[in-house]
Amino acid sequence: MAQAMPKVDVVLVGFGWTGAILAQQLCDAGLSVLALERAAARSTPVNWATTFDQDELRYMWRHHLFQNVKYSTLTFRNNIHQSALPMRHLGSFLPGTGVGGAGIHWNGQIWRWLESDFKLKSHNEARYGKQATAGLTLQDMPVSYQELEPYYDMFDKTCGTSGQAGNLSGAKQTGGNPFEAPRSAPYPTPPLPMTYGPKLFEQAAASMGLHPFPHPAGNLSQEYTNPLGMQLGKCTFCGFCEKFGCGNYSKASPQTTLIPYILTKPNFELRTESEVLKVERTPDGRHATGVTYIDSAGIEHFQPADIVALTAYQLHNVHLMLVSGIGQPYDPATGQGHVGKNYCYQTMGSVDVFFDDKLLNPFIGAGALASVIDDYNGDNFDHSGLGFIGGAYIAGMVTGARPIEMVRVPDGVPKWGLEWKHAAKKYFLRAMGLSVHGSSYPQAGNYLDLDPTYKDQFGRPMLRMTFDFPPNDLKMSQYCTDRAAEIARNMGASSVHAKPRKGPYDITHYQTTHNVGGTMMGESPADSVVNKYSQSWNVANLFVTGAGLYPQNPGYNPTGTLAALAYLTADAIKTKYVKAAGQPLVAA
Amino acid sequence: MLALSAAVSGAAAAEALSGHDGLLGGPSETLTNTLPWRDGLADAPEAASAGNWRYLNGAEVGFLTAAVDRLIPADPTGPSASEAGVVVFLDRQLAGDYGNGAHFYLQGPWQKGDTTQGYQSRFTPAQFYRHAISAIGQAVGKSDNGKVFKDLSADRQDALLKQMETGDLKLDGPITSKAFFTMFLQNVLEGYFSDPIYGGNKGGAAWAMIGFPGAHYDYSEWVTAYNQRIPVPMVGLRGRLAWSRS
Repeated sequence: MAQAMPKVDVVLVGFGWTGAILAQQLCDAGLSVLALERAAARSTPVNWATTFDQDELRYMWRHHLFQNVKYSTLTFRNNIHQSALPMRHLGSFLPGTGVGGAGIHWNGQIWRWLESDFKLKSHNEARYGKQATAGLTLQDMPVSYQELEPYYDMFDKTCGTSGQAGNLSGAKQTGGNPFEAPRSAPYPTPPLPMTYGPKLFEQAAASMGLHPFPHPAGNLSQEYTNPLGMQLGKCTFCGFCEKFGCGNYSKASPQTTLIPYILTKPNFELRTESEVLKVERTPDGRHATGVTYIDSAGIEHFQPADIVALTAYQLHNVHLMLVSGIGQPYDPATGQGHVGKNYCYQTMGSVDVFFDDKLLNPFIGAGALASVIDDYNGDNFDHSGLGFIGGAYIAGMVTGARPIEMVRVPDGVPKWGLEWKHAAKKYFLRAMGLSVHGSSYPQAGNYLDLDPTYKDQFGRPMLRMTFDFPPNDLKMSQYCTDRAAEIARNMGASSVHAKPRKGPYDITHYQTTHNVGGTMMGESPADSVVNKYSQSWNVANLFVTGAGLYPQNPGYNPTGTLAALAYLTADAIKTKYVKAAGQPLVAA
Repeated sequence: MLALSAAVSGAAAAEALSGHDGLLGGPSETLTNTLPWRDGLADAPEAASAGNWRYLNGAEVGFLTAAVDRLIPADPTGPSASEAGVVVFLDRQLAGDYGNGAHFYLQGPWQKGDTTQGYQSRFTPAQFYRHAISAIGQAVGKSDNGKVFKDLSADRQDALLKQMETGDLKLDGPITSKAFFTMFLQNVLEGYFSDPIYGGNKGGAAWAMIGFPGAHYDYSEWVTAYNQRIPVPMVGLRGRLAWSRS
């Protein structure tokens, strides 16, 4: 029998970006908030100090800050005809664990969706006809860009995002992204300066009539104090963001922007090494009574709460919904059910660019240090006759040059031996990559459910992922990577190696930690798991945050939008839900 | 004030709180009105130990020394893999957390799987190396008149490594030569290019070869220094390599 703990107003399951956003907002509104985090507390001076942070082996390849699959993994297969097998080692994506979650080891790439991304299905069908979306289970979002804009702005101000606006309240701004939706305010800090590689990209793209702009960055171009009084330092370009913590307090993370503030709140508690096993409900199933969690000693506790919010990583939120029996699991055979439906990823292409006569010094970098074009993203270009919808941003990006990962050699050079060694020596300082960061659209056979065979360490069925790239997305990647290669050739490169994403999806090679869908939001219980306020259609005091809310993944990094949605959810709880506790905020 | 739900102190606390990477064993703590920082617990890396082999036996050292020096051969541009200490690196890695599968899920049932599903062995990396090197030794003994890999010509060694890379070298037992080669080449690159504290990249020589200045914290003044050599001295986690004994 689980030990019962004192009741709180709100229990948060997981304490990364969205957990910290909800904690700050709801504590400030006077609610008592408890965050349950499955792993340890982590902080800059203890866990990623500048004296030992720049360690590629330990953090990247030995997964020092990532979820440990020994204790928590999932099973994977490409299609329903295969047996799913455990992901026995991390590869394609790198979820976090512990306080701050993956918000510690992200790159700090902060994007907003296009206005059309919020109405993806109806927009594309209106412009290209219904056949354009055939085979894709796209859905419109129940919120518009205009509704979300104030919350995007809050996240930018929390992070101190560095960038150049392209559209301020409808007025186009020189040097910014001309395709972006209107912003109510400029970026809080100026854009990062460009190193040589991104500068060459910028010049080449501009010469071709494209529209390069500095990538919006959570790696700060100058010192910044956010509205909560949290101070961030100026980025030093050490080149260890992605897969690493920032020892310099220069990268926006829950630890640098929110958590120190939250921990001063008397109505907040953080309980670590406490993994939630299940959301508990009243006998009629309509109301969550709290959660059962297990501590590191193996003791189970029941934590009662008036509001339960699933604020873990997308994969864990979906898993927790399924093992708690909330909502109807999606069945690809019938198309019925929505929990686990529309699992999407990110369709990543790239181009390696080599120079014989230019020293790029790519070890000087930052997680979002890039010149980028949005000309081929979303519906920023005419897709008539192309045979696909969606797109990608193309970035001349130098996050750093960690040599185990980033010794690039031209196409045709072997992977080892003297020829490789000579090419490695010649090109390490003279090569860079262009990122082709593509959309990922849903198809009926891509989904998440519970594995029939493999159990996790607590005896629950593991999450099972069934995924492969839809033909639409592979065509998109080929087209956009071809465009990127054209830019590369205009950079004065001596050789160019285009690498569009090819199927089948392979879980072993790192692509990106952008897993989305499975708890999507929508207009009604007939099309989704939660409403526009991230409130469960089935259990009115249960909220779900994160990229699981996305019915599909546009060609942008997900954190900006999922953070904005978390602010919207917090606002709805503060201003609407507390006045109508236990009630749906949207009529079913 | 800090409130620990479990009373811990001193060395026990330090050990328990080192569960930073998701390993179980840290206490469940309740934190309120405090920052999660403790004196003396900086999570600094552990350097590879000096001295004798920790995991590899003599036959394995012989195979690996020969094989790594075909993957990264000696020549005037930079050290060979073994000159850079890669075999020591592999030994220490296989003897430690990596070799023990601390970040691998190894529970059953075990099935062969598709290549897109990745590693499906029951073995830890240390066991995987042991089985694979033994099976390679048997295969080479059959194909090369009882000889061992390290005594073959460089050309013959290269030919065998290419067969492993493609999986054409057939091995008895559950491990394919391709699966071994994939892990092996990755680990060799790790040893060659990781910080010298882990036993490879001795003296930073592999970094010097490619022009990587190491674990620098601040390049601010060089961001817009386009197309020129950046005159910073190489540093590692022990500090400036020219000052370090390694």
